[in-house]
Amino acid sequence: MTKLRQTPSQTVGPYFAYGLSPEQYGYQQSLSSIAGSQMAEGDVEGERIRVEGRVFDGNGTPISDALIEVWQADSLGRYAHPADPRGSNNTFKGFGRCGTGTDARHRFWFDTIKPGKAGEDQAPHLNVIVTMRGMLLHAFTRIYFPDEPANATDSVLRLVPAERRGTLIATKQGGNVYRFDIHMQGEQETVFFDA
Amino acid sequence: MTDAFNPRDWAGQPAYIAPEYKSTPLRGPTKPLIPLPHSLSEMTGPVYGQDSVTGNDADLTLNGRRNGEPLGERIIVAGRVLDEDGRPLPNTLLEIWQANAAGRYIHQTDQHDAPIDPNFFGGGRCVTDAKGAYRFMTVKPGAYPWPNHHNAWRPNHIHFSLFGPSFVTRLVTQMYFPGDPLLDLDPIFLATPAPTRNLLIANFSLDVTEPNYALGYVFDIVLRGRGATPMEA
Repeated sequence: MTKLRQTPSQTVGPYFAYGLSPEQYGYQQSLSSIAGSQMAEGDVEGERIRVEGRVFDGNGTPISDALIEVWQADSLGRYAHPADPRGSNNTFKGFGRCGTGTDARHRFWFDTIKPGKAGEDQAPHLNVIVTMRGMLLHAFTRIYFPDEPANATDSVLRLVPAERRGTLIATKQGGNVYRFDIHMQGEQETVFFDA
Repeated sequence: MTDAFNPRDWAGQPAYIAPEYKSTPLRGPTKPLIPLPHSLSEMTGPVYGQDSVTGNDADLTLNGRRNGEPLGERIIVAGRVLDEDGRPLPNTLLEIWQANAAGRYIHQTDQHDAPIDPNFFGGGRCVTDAKGAYRFMTVKPGAYPWPNHHNAWRPNHIHFSLFGPSFVTRLVTQMYFPGDPLLDLDPIFLATPAPTRNLLIANFSLDVTEPNYALGYVFDIVLRGRGATPMEA
């Protein structure tokens, strides 16, 4: 039985940057960042990829004050967390954070490695939190990769109506760049989860 | 088998679309959320402990100093981070940010015509101890106008961000101050259902207050617990 109620969420507001991503926005003199867009440094094993995209509001306008956070497994599908019994990859933390306010086109981007499968019924994916001014509580989504045979048997994609599944799958650009745009509303509204 | 995290307390959360808060109608999702069974992706999350906090990160009266003390009323904000069963959550990162005493954020996009304090930055972080307790030193943030509607003013508040034990326990919220007359007029605060709204208001505490130095406020934070339903295999 639960006894205490969860503290309600409130919006991150327009001024999160110097608290949550100070280095990206140029405030590193007073506070360092715990995480940013560079997720794979040095000799981390795995295929280097960039994941980038924009966040669009209901009018189709790119949002310049969204905060995107990603959480992912390493190239062998292991999460750097004690609940993953397989042991962590000490050199890959797996968390990235990027605001959409410093790129002229309001893109977010992550330089990372392609995650492995975290389970038999899980295709490689990034777990995503989307939040911004105008959202009173954050939303969860996932980024999957195109050309992944495992997508066909992924237990989460199977829960999504077929016609909306495409909103969760990135598109491959040149090189090792994947684009994943997030649509808050509209015809192409991204699938968000009650996680 | 590890137990899955309890669901979000939807009845106690603000809705995605709250028309009085005018940025929400074009930004909140409109289609039904798809329930996501908890697998390893949801049972794990970013681990940021004591090593992510350095020096004066938890003292906002120190971490932005250039040539003197920040202006304003010094306050202490302390509390515990708990799960729904009242169990303390140790080693949990809290990140905060706020306006200065005059109601001005250091962020470049804040155009409010109130003075910037050269000795106040407004961002900080700390990690809970073994009893789930945290403590920040700062100055009381000022109220400030915002363009939501005519003569709209945000109540005094401090933004809080926590991960908790997994990706799904993430919480971004705001702490308010008791007795603030702007609370009853604020569409962000009022978007929270009445039964849980007051959980966002800190309590004044003479125990936390330091004599001849700073008033104390207590703000306890409750994150999603676990144990109601089993994790998916």
